[in-house]
Amino acid sequence: MARSTAGAREDSGVRTSTEDSDPPVEAPPPAIRSRPVSWAGLWFVLPFAVLFAVFLLWPTITGFAYTFTDRSLTGAPAGYIGWSNWTESLTDPAVWSSLWNTLVFTGLSTPPLVLAGLGLALLTARARRLGWFLRFSFFAPFVLPVAVVTMIWVWLYQPGFGLVNDTLTGLGLTEVGWLADERVAMISVVVTTLWWTVGFNYLLYLAALQGIPREIYEAADVDGASGGRKLWSITLPLLRRTTVLVLVLQLVASLKIFDQVYLMTRGGPNFATRPLIQYIYESGFTGFRIGYASAISYLLFAVIIVFSVVQFRLFSREEV
Amino acid sequence: MRHHETPQPPTVSRRALLAITLAVAGSGATACGSVDDVGERVALDQWNLFGGGDGARMIEMHQRYAAEHPGVDLRATTYAWGPPFYTKLAMGAAGGRGAAVATVHVSRLKGLAPGRLLDAIDARALSSAGLAASDMERTVWDKCFVDGELYAVPMDTHVLVNYYNREICAAAGVLDAEGHLRETHGVDEYVALLKEVKAVTGTFGTSLDTNAGWRPFWALYRQQDGELLFGDGDFQLDESKALAAFDVMRRLADEGLAPRDSNGAATSANFVNGLGGVVQVGNWEIPVYQKAGLDFGVAQFPDFFGNHRTQGDSHAYVLPHRRDRHQARLDESLAYIAWMLRNGITWAGGGHIPAYLPVAESAQYLTMLPQSEYRDAAANVQFDPDIWFSGSGARMQDDANAVFQGLYAGTQTPETALAGFTDILRTLLRIPDPT
Repeated sequence: MARSTAGAREDSGVRTSTEDSDPPVEAPPPAIRSRPVSWAGLWFVLPFAVLFAVFLLWPTITGFAYTFTDRSLTGAPAGYIGWSNWTESLTDPAVWSSLWNTLVFTGLSTPPLVLAGLGLALLTARARRLGWFLRFSFFAPFVLPVAVVTMIWVWLYQPGFGLVNDTLTGLGLTEVGWLADERVAMISVVVTTLWWTVGFNYLLYLAALQGIPREIYEAADVDGASGGRKLWSITLPLLRRTTVLVLVLQLVASLKIFDQVYLMTRGGPNFATRPLIQYIYESGFTGFRIGYASAISYLLFAVIIVFSVVQFRLFSREEV
Repeated sequence: MRHHETPQPPTVSRRALLAITLAVAGSGATACGSVDDVGERVALDQWNLFGGGDGARMIEMHQRYAAEHPGVDLRATTYAWGPPFYTKLAMGAAGGRGAAVATVHVSRLKGLAPGRLLDAIDARALSSAGLAASDMERTVWDKCFVDGELYAVPMDTHVLVNYYNREICAAAGVLDAEGHLRETHGVDEYVALLKEVKAVTGTFGTSLDTNAGWRPFWALYRQQDGELLFGDGDFQLDESKALAAFDVMRRLADEGLAPRDSNGAATSANFVNGLGGVVQVGNWEIPVYQKAGLDFGVAQFPDFFGNHRTQGDSHAYVLPHRRDRHQARLDESLAYIAWMLRNGITWAGGGHIPAYLPVAESAQYLTMLPQSEYRDAAANVQFDPDIWFSGSGARMQDDANAVFQGLYAGTQTPETALAGFTDILRTLLRIPDPT
């Protein structure tokens, strides 16, 4: 958001400057037409275009082709098997239960990640003396690798001597099997994810807050608006575009959940936290069935597309 | 911000810079190849799945190996036991860039696509490295062949054994004159023994691992000569024998002789803390109990149905598939395997029964207690069924464990467990064999 706000302002800046120099506007077109076509731009785009084609486009196409084969990681001879991977994936209870886990994680993690990001940004936007420290503290976990984050939290959640359970028993409460209990394991992963990634949403909101012109608040002050009123009628509406962006990014990120779960619970206990990507991984790399795993991947792809389209529809309509 | 002098831009033309960049990028691949053999030293990557006591023993052996072989650059990597290790192994081999040597469970051999993910081992090359077939424990050695080709070299046999706490068992009066656990025959005699033990501990007779029900099930089923055969997308299971095995498992928990819910860690803790006076778990727990300073003995898996057959498996070395296997590295790999087997006495300390007979029959091993107390179990080992989804840490075991857990927890009867187990087998059989 920060970047796009800045970009928009630069854009408008450029536009005003051309508007200012109105007279020569008529002249340039013939000059451009007469100049030979420059291929320089293509060369700049080429490296990325090649990487994009080789590592994203081509795998996407071949992956789709694999869904119709019984291709195996072992290199065993494979052949066309029609739609059977697709029918199998749609009737495989493990696909549905792990898709459900992915959706539960998304549902549980997205609201707190967006709200906490906003809340932290509002709290620290005006902090002066400690501002740098608070910004650093909230964003720092985000730069940690997932292996470090999960290791820290697995220790915190340890039964018996882990910080969380130790505190609970110290307060005279009973221990909770944070990662061992089917009912709370997913929540434990959500809490870890919140601590780890909220910094990114926080940063987007913080940048957007700093982009709101002070004059608007000054005008509101002159009109005698209360703090709550300013938050509700100025800050939040002006953060709308950031909220949409944060929400889209967060939903997609949450739907792609895998790393934390795999490292913290391996999908357990009793598959209670196994997300769809883990099942794809297990089918394809542990179970060697690349064709079948590809078919499930495309199911997830479809789910993410549906989510994105619905979201786009919802927000773009209101935008108009 | 520190203030440095502005560095002078190097006087290289853009074109030259581009050429250098491309050259460096291109040489990346060749550079990787040359790092493998540092000077005259042969690089030897070894991948294994041993943590805990086994891992410490393997590291100890590797340190000695490295000291004795300055010409070999041994690089051992340990991956998490079970699926993470096997996934890594398969992916490395699928790309033809597996490690030079890796360890596996023999029960997983069929599922690792021998011939594709694993390279066959030339028996003649192996014997010139010093390992002859006649030096190998017959039962496990035979398991290392697939379609007549040798794919693995066994390190050990590891089995479910019967640990007993000497102090508790003495108090319960279930030790014989020599201080060994009293020999029992049949389910009832063993249950009676557990009751005597429970009278002393007050909690359990045996502190079983209820999350790992597959192993005792397979031992109990095989003690009755039960067969589990696969073919033509179908299976053959002796239902009455399976029910009898399930009933033993149910009975131990129902009569309060075993815990209703206990994972591996809790099982060890229960035994060490004297909540159970005996326990049937794998021989690999020996170092754990020794470290805890426990006075214990180890007997073969109890005779429930007329013999001491027990579930077990074998760790073995394999050669993951490589597109380019240099002769020097192959020779070094086989020499490494031979060295590790010859020095297997260290490995045997971890409770595993050596597969290499010169070690298994050595005076050093025979006097090693309690390790050599159950050495006859190597002949009683019952390997898991021979099909791609079977074996240690593979799907059939995992799924069966989840069902069998209910027999102890009291949520499954032998009949529902049988239905659950046959469901698992049917589901797994429907999956096309990917190997």
